[in-house]
Amino acid sequence: MHISLAAEKLFNIGPLPVTNTLLASWISVVVLLGLVWSLKRKGIKSVPKGLQNIVEFIFETWLNLMDGVTHDRKKSIRFFPWVVTIFLFVVTSNWLGLLPGFGTIGFNEIKEGKHVLVPLFRTVNSDLNVTLALALISVIMVQVFGIITIGIVKYSKRFINLKNPIIGLLEGIDQLATIVSFSFRLFGNVFAGEVLLVIIASLVPFVVPLPFYFLEMFVGVIQAFIFAILSLVFFEVATMEHH
Amino acid sequence: METEAVKMWAAALTIAIGGFAPALAIGKLAAKAMESIGRNPESAGKIQVPMLIAIAFAEAIAIYALVVALIIKFV
Repeated sequence: MHISLAAEKLFNIGPLPVTNTLLASWISVVVLLGLVWSLKRKGIKSVPKGLQNIVEFIFETWLNLMDGVTHDRKKSIRFFPWVVTIFLFVVTSNWLGLLPGFGTIGFNEIKEGKHVLVPLFRTVNSDLNVTLALALISVIMVQVFGIITIGIVKYSKRFINLKNPIIGLLEGIDQLATIVSFSFRLFGNVFAGEVLLVIIASLVPFVVPLPFYFLEMFVGVIQAFIFAILSLVFFEVATMEHH
Repeated sequence: METEAVKMWAAALTIAIGGFAPALAIGKLAAKAMESIGRNPESAGKIQVPMLIAIAFAEAIAIYALVVALIIKFV
């Protein structure tokens, strides 16, 4: 059984490599766009039914949850696209990775003299590059929201604190630690889950993997939720007026 | 000891020790949360989300240990 920490490269588009996680992330995007197209096609009704009802329920729950953190409906609406997109992308990617075909359909190649299977699709968030990208987006948007909301002078006072320069430095280091923490939390959970499923399936392929698949579904949505809500908390802290 | 043996010990001990402290932390967090919900049942909704966030921070440390163990074992 071959477990690769890094995502395997499949082919090149020009000078850029395309990995199996990149391919899977395109599928996630297509699924989410398909959801939007399906809603658009049916039209938005005043009395929601079916798919629109589910989506409205998710959005409303998120908006109320965000109100609990920001205490300001307008701020919630402003943060909403970023927070909920992160949530939807991560949960779609994690759940897609549990479908049959992910990690099993692929190319037989010879690496370092051994026959290995290079999967065509691999769970998107089991690639550290993806989780690092999401973490960078979150942390950069924290700075952007801070500057847009309270102004660059007030926001830079957070990092350049004249009365106590160590605090300013620590804030900067804290942001870097947040990037590491976000990316490794999501990567660790999803990659470890993948490894767990591979190992359990190689030991007892029938019936026994079932509770582990339920665990992975649970972990998938919880980690998506955690990523989104922590991003929201950091957005909120950045846009708070300094007391 | 040969490298393989050392690697095996390292991976096993990393996750064993690295999972212990976060488990303790999460237990303490949840215990305090349960306590305060027990004292004031109406505050359950207000306590849930901050508790979940704090638990996520604590769990992240365990995940770091797990990633290091996996790297030791598989890379």
